[in-house]
Amino acid sequence: MSAVDTVRRAADAGPPGRNRARLTGRAPQDTAAGVWTYLLLATTILLSAFPLYWMFVIATSNDEALAKIPPAVVPGDRFMTNLDEVFSLQDVYFAAGLVNSALVSTAVTASVLFFCSLAGFAFAKLRFKGSRWLMLFVVLTLTVPNQLGIVALYIVMGKLGWNGTLLAVIAPGLVTAFGVFYMRQFILNTVPDELVESARMDGATTMRVYWNIVLPAIRPALAVLGLLTFVGTWNDFQWPLITLSGTDFPTSMVAISDLASGNYVIYRRVLAGAFVATVPLLIMLVVGGRQIVRGIMEGAVKS
Amino acid sequence: MSSTRAAPAPPGRRTPRKRGADGSGADQRRLTWRNRLYRFDMRYMPYLLIAPFFLIFGVFGLFPLIFNGVVSLRNYRLDDPTLPPWAGFDNFAKLLGDEDFWNALYNTFGIFLLSSVPQLLLALVVASLLNRKLRAQTWWRVGILLPYVTPLVASTMVFSVFFSRDFGMANWLLGLVGLGGDAPADWRADKFHSWIAIATMVNWKWIGYNALLYLAAMQSIPRDVYEASAIDGAGPWRQLWRITVPMIQPVVVFTVVLSTIGGLQLFTEPMLFDLNAQAATGGPNGEWQTIAQLIYKVGWKDLDLGYAAAMSWALFLIILVVAGINTLLTNRLSGGRQ
Repeated sequence: MSAVDTVRRAADAGPPGRNRARLTGRAPQDTAAGVWTYLLLATTILLSAFPLYWMFVIATSNDEALAKIPPAVVPGDRFMTNLDEVFSLQDVYFAAGLVNSALVSTAVTASVLFFCSLAGFAFAKLRFKGSRWLMLFVVLTLTVPNQLGIVALYIVMGKLGWNGTLLAVIAPGLVTAFGVFYMRQFILNTVPDELVESARMDGATTMRVYWNIVLPAIRPALAVLGLLTFVGTWNDFQWPLITLSGTDFPTSMVAISDLASGNYVIYRRVLAGAFVATVPLLIMLVVGGRQIVRGIMEGAVKS
Repeated sequence: MSSTRAAPAPPGRRTPRKRGADGSGADQRRLTWRNRLYRFDMRYMPYLLIAPFFLIFGVFGLFPLIFNGVVSLRNYRLDDPTLPPWAGFDNFAKLLGDEDFWNALYNTFGIFLLSSVPQLLLALVVASLLNRKLRAQTWWRVGILLPYVTPLVASTMVFSVFFSRDFGMANWLLGLVGLGGDAPADWRADKFHSWIAIATMVNWKWIGYNALLYLAAMQSIPRDVYEASAIDGAGPWRQLWRITVPMIQPVVVFTVVLSTIGGLQLFTEPMLFDLNAQAATGGPNGEWQTIAQLIYKVGWKDLDLGYAAAMSWALFLIILVVAGINTLLTNRLSGGRQ
């Protein structure tokens, strides 16, 4: 800590005003980026995008293009052919997978937004006995990795008779501790107490306050949480694999892993399927990128 | 905490004003009804609002985690229900002598080290690149999130082709820079190569995400801290290590804990890197089989759920211990330097 302390002390002393012009110690965020910064950042983005681009290249190629040195880096013209093969394959159910992924992600997202904003509102603006302890519990469960209970979850779902159905995938995702935490923070910071109280004066019930005052105020946060939840649910693999594999009712991720198993994997097919399942998320990133960035920077955690 | 405890009077709770003054029966009843509704709303509504979260989380989140402990003490074989129900600590005893478990533990830690350390260091560098006055600022930030939104299943399949032995791009690139060696590297033949391949996937996925977390913290450092540092003549690199990193230490610790929790549960990458993914063996001789993968194999391929539950508990403990150690280490390294 001593380095920080020295710096802090120096900062408190403050630079003498007349010397200010000679100082070079501007904060980095006030320093204009140089050529090197742009070059390095552009390289980073290229490296980030390349696997996606290459996925498209293979998805559009024939088998020969894959067995070539140097490797093909230009898209071919067989995307529709490959895709057609994926959709018409027996025992893979890729089309059903896409529909199921959309169903599961939409249901989970809607539920998380509704239930987590309700609970977040209660924790932020309502007084009730035990609210501090209950909130502490929510925060503690933030860090507990749910995957570790996966064996018991499978048994629970078995008792309910839900294994192999979409219910088994949807139910555990319906609420998240992170959602409650995030909503509470946002409501605390954006909804003024006076507004809630004056609505109360006018005789508004709790639900009316939620509906007329809280909901309109938290739209940006709903967008952020919704995008993060949708992306996380769409990409989820381990639990859907356990409960849905072997059924004719997989999610798209399980369907892709089915494409990729067997003695002889045909990568142009696998990656054509993978590409199709990636496109919705790329669209979300383009449309809602600003919100996703904000959500993560406001302290999001891995979902 | 805010409150609505200084609650306004419920409508009509005090002496009724106009029409109710003479206390006609119907009016009275209406008032008590509203009164009750109000009391219910103030007293119980908050619990109703939080109930869905606690109910659903309790049933599908917390209960399985605890019930897992019970399962681990049982013989829960899907293929052989004739065994006595209680196993005592047999599953845990078996664990200690299970070569597969120790091998998976070794692999998990190896891949974890190869992925988390470069991941967080590179994220720091990317964050400090982003922490400048940039044109089109938002688009740079969105751009580095491409890996974050890409489905792991999809990217793992791409990397699986990238790291193939015969026509893989990795070998071709290594050959270009003269590191190809005599024969093309077989990325699925031994621990070293497969760990590097898998760690590459993890790094690719999470560098941008962690960079954004660091960037958020960097932008909240008070500006005068940097102004003062110029007096000592600190360049950008020294500035990063001497000022920025110590100042964002809490977030560094946070990311270390996150990547520990995530890294020790690695599943999708090792699963799909395998050419025979369904077997869940992590290579012909378990070269890159991780614990999460072994749990899946024991539970759903060997159908021994009791043993898989015991392994989950072991992994839980390991994660707790390692996350604790890493927190201490990071505190030392990022805060106590001088």
